[in-house]
Amino acid sequence: MINTKVEICGVEFKNPVIAASGTFGFGREYAEYFPLSRLGGISSKGLTLNKKDGNKGTRIYETASGILNSIGLQNPGIEGFIKDELPFMEKQDTIILANVGGSTIDEYMVSVEKLNETNIDMIELNISCPNVKEGGMAFGIKSKIAYEVVSEVRNACTKPLIVKLSPNAENIVEMAESCTKAGADGLSLVNTFSGMAIDIYNRKPVFKNIIAGLSGPCIKPIALRMVYEVSRAVDIPIIGLGGIMNYKDAIEFIMAGAHCIQVGTGNFIKPDISIDIIEGIEQFMKEEGIESIEEIRGVI
Amino acid sequence: MKQGYRKGIIHSNIQIATNIYEIKLSPCHPESDSISLTMEESGFQGKPGQFYMLRGWELDPLLPRPISICDISDGIITFLYEVRGRGTHIISKLKKGDTLELLGPLGNGFDLNIEDKIAIVSGGIGVAPLIYLMKGFKGDMDFYCGFRNEAYYLDEIREHVDNTHISTEDGSVGHRGFVTDLFLPKRYDMVLTCGPIPMMNRVVEMCKDKNVPVYVSMESRMACGIGTCLGCTIETTSGMKRVCKEGPVFSGEEVKFND
Repeated sequence: MINTKVEICGVEFKNPVIAASGTFGFGREYAEYFPLSRLGGISSKGLTLNKKDGNKGTRIYETASGILNSIGLQNPGIEGFIKDELPFMEKQDTIILANVGGSTIDEYMVSVEKLNETNIDMIELNISCPNVKEGGMAFGIKSKIAYEVVSEVRNACTKPLIVKLSPNAENIVEMAESCTKAGADGLSLVNTFSGMAIDIYNRKPVFKNIIAGLSGPCIKPIALRMVYEVSRAVDIPIIGLGGIMNYKDAIEFIMAGAHCIQVGTGNFIKPDISIDIIEGIEQFMKEEGIESIEEIRGVI
Repeated sequence: MKQGYRKGIIHSNIQIATNIYEIKLSPCHPESDSISLTMEESGFQGKPGQFYMLRGWELDPLLPRPISICDISDGIITFLYEVRGRGTHIISKLKKGDTLELLGPLGNGFDLNIEDKIAIVSGGIGVAPLIYLMKGFKGDMDFYCGFRNEAYYLDEIREHVDNTHISTEDGSVGHRGFVTDLFLPKRYDMVLTCGPIPMMNRVVEMCKDKNVPVYVSMESRMACGIGTCLGCTIETTSGMKRVCKEGPVFSGEEVKFND
């Protein structure tokens, strides 16, 4: 009998597959294709205190085995989320992570305090969005600044706190250690890599912000390496992500040390890709005689 | 539950002009790649203006390609597409009997009163969704179609429409110049347009001047096609809207073209 359950900070996931923030909205569109209760969890579209329209101009651009995006955290704001989206998510019988972004420490604090009062299961703190001009990214680059942000948010937050790390951090292991010291209950990594593209006929960057975030299979080996290094350095649970497209990718991240994994760009390729991954993990466990995920976590 | 990607088997895939192809597919039976069904209920569905996401590859290129429906007849779907990049190039090389993965129908489509007097204004490959619209329309209709250097699908259009107005930029067929040189908005209850942004912008301005309702079918880079990536979002007078979900058909007045 196989058991795919995973526990992180007292929160039980029925399986280790979570839909990644920014690729799944609030689940409504995917609920038309499969029951969301099949998922281990859903991380909400990145939320900011106030509603954001996002960036103008080109927002998405295909690259070799990846996509660059510059959406710019288009979202309904914390109150819009609580009023219009959360009631739907609460009915889905899956773990809800509220992904929270911001440009100042105060903004993070107010957002988190509002979410404390709700039924969300966890907060995933986004200190690494490359697509908002001020704040956001800087918090995710310097571990000293990240320490300050996470410490403050930790004090304000009554929910389990996952900090989502940027691969653009100056040193990913130091960053992970700083966030752990600051009181994070878990880490998710990695967010998108900073990248760019140029329209050679117009002699201009493709994106108005010039720099955009790279995701997809092209980042997987680097993301996997970072999860591996971080999992050896810290004792708190890790959620691994970066280009996971099938169950083999997912198992690799678990073997590198991840408790759970997130599927991001893959959701765009096939709406029910997470179901394939969940079933693939179950099949793999059966074939390999693995009874629980823990048996293979961090085995390498 | 909606159906996810389903397999379609190619009946034909032919070049009809430079870089312009027409592909016809029917659904594959789920259990087998070789049996194709043509019954209407198991066939492809969708209304004019809606689109499908197409992929004929595993993970390279990464994204599917959004292509609007050009016709559906007895469950067999026709797409007219222009080869613009690697994805459409790969599709153009597929042969009869090969398969593609399809997700759809997606988006809102055109909504119109079939008794109206309407004008259809197309530019280049933008003609595709308007051909499907033309075929189902029973009212009074004028069709204005503009092409760069080579006209295509004219026989089909002339078969369905009494008043056709053709332009090419090189003058090889019809008026030499732009389709907007020919178009006169004042006589219609409604105008429907699809084509390059500058052309649609001009059509909308002309209609606004005469208080004629106009609907545009927008194109945008998109990843998912189902409303979650927010990559295809455009600015409208009532906020940001997703081309794949609230569109691709919008009222011309609500689209902010000069963004």
